[in-house]
Amino acid sequence: MYSKKLMDHFTNPRNVGEIADADGVGMEGNPTCGDTMKIFIKVKDDIITDAKFQTFGCGAAIAVSSMITEMAKGKTLTEALSITKESVADALDGMPPQKMHCSNLGSDALRKAIEDYHAKGTQK
Amino acid sequence: MRYFDHVATNPLNPEVFNAMLPYFKEEFGNPLSVYGLGQSAKQAIEDARVKVAALVNCKAQEITFTSSGAESNNMAIRGIAMARRKEGNHIIVSRVEHHSVLNSARALEKEDFVVTYLVPDKFGMVSPADIKKAINKDTILISITHASSEIGTIEPIAEIVKTAKEHNVAVHADGVATTGNIPIDVMQLGVDAYSLSAHQFYGPKGAGALYLKRGQRILPLIYGGIQENGRRAGTENVPAIVGMGKAAEMAKAELPTRMAHVKKLRDKLIDGLTKIEKVHLTGHPDNRLPGHASFVVEYIEGEGMLLMLEANDIYSASGSACTSKALKASPILLSMGYSSSVTHGSIVFSLGIDNTEEDIDQVLEHMPKIIKRLREMSPFAKEGWGAIDDLEESKEGNHV
Ligand code: FES
Repeated sequence: MYSKKLMDHFTNPRNVGEIADADGVGMEGNPTCGDTMKIFIKVKDDIITDAKFQTFGCGAAIAVSSMITEMAKGKTLTEALSITKESVADALDGMPPQKMHCSNLGSDALRKAIEDYHAKGTQK
Repeated sequence: MRYFDHVATNPLNPEVFNAMLPYFKEEFGNPLSVYGLGQSAKQAIEDARVKVAALVNCKAQEITFTSSGAESNNMAIRGIAMARRKEGNHIIVSRVEHHSVLNSARALEKEDFVVTYLVPDKFGMVSPADIKKAINKDTILISITHASSEIGTIEPIAEIVKTAKEHNVAVHADGVATTGNIPIDVMQLGVDAYSLSAHQFYGPKGAGALYLKRGQRILPLIYGGIQENGRRAGTENVPAIVGMGKAAEMAKAELPTRMAHVKKLRDKLIDGLTKIEKVHLTGHPDNRLPGHASFVVEYIEGEGMLLMLEANDIYSASGSACTSKALKASPILLSMGYSSSVTHGSIVFSLGIDNTEEDIDQVLEHMPKIIKRLREMSPFAKEGWGAIDDLEESKEGNHV
């Protein structure tokens, strides 16, 4: 059902955990199945320097969290906002159609984390 | 391979396979043919009928062969409802039924039948008192599962039948999960119809049967020739029926040993897993299928557990929303009062005669690690479910 790459990100997820002094936190619930993803970011000079996640969801949702936090790191906030569910899914070598909504969860949580950062107005 | 998904299907017993083989090859005749080749196929079917009847303690003529448990359920509900249509249009089922029962009932709703869906208690048990309350003058049929494959709880069928009989209502029980796993006596249960499926007791897929009490009227689902006494047309699946007969014969002979074997392993598994924090047994603690152990693990989701178990060559099932094709929380667990968040952590181990003590040791070794790992990733493990604002409250008195 899942690609090798997705299974790798599920079995050895990168960036698991919280960032205690995060500059932005975004939490998103999955309206389809009811699952939850939380993304923490550290920002410096408009660049995401660190990203971590906590996810309550299926294998695909965990792999998406791992991949999107990897993708976000090193990107400017504007670049990070352009990460879509498709680009995450592509980076994972594809996802089953019924699991695309789990990919959505990733980009939405990241966007919320960035919005949270802006809202806090703690630009460094 | 450590296989814990016997409610999905069982491996075919090698002796059953051998019994079936000739009917794929030299014994290929059509049971309706009058010459010897046809007649020996016919004889094989009738022998199988006797064996299946013996497994549930009825007369051979009361057994109709079908293609599956689902077909048996469809046939019983639709067939009896249609046959009794003039007497009334009300049907009672429960919320712990299999889709083949629920969807048959829903289909009838579109044809002017009225269906009551009874909510079980926190153990998934349907109350005979609720049945009594639900019966009205139009009630013609009650269909309750003998045991749900998701929670393992054995339903009080005999008591339900007693209530139903006082009101002249027919009772069908879905015995797919029970037949071959606990002793079944349809006479003692008093049911009018009972569904069974061969691959739930080491027989082949594509073979089911419906017990119909003598005199119970039913309309067929499949019209055609006179096979199965006109109740179910279509050239018989002779090898599958022969296999079902052999599997039934073996199940009857070995039932006490099989039950003792899986029960011992099941108890060890339940003991071990419920020691882990925030892991709860679902279904009834005592009144459950001997090989059935189902749980909810809080703060994590079932698919992750299944994938990690598979990585360790362990195969089980989950009723979580993410593992379901519809991405919906388990309606059965919800009906028992679990919050939808908790149902995500559903995991079901169903044991069979092929399981060993070592299999259980492996599960007990890996599950704590898997749960720990997934909880490390979960936003809820540390602070509990409080993090979900819209968390529904569990039904009062629930153990979660
Ligand atoms: S998070 Fe529920 S299906 Fe992916």
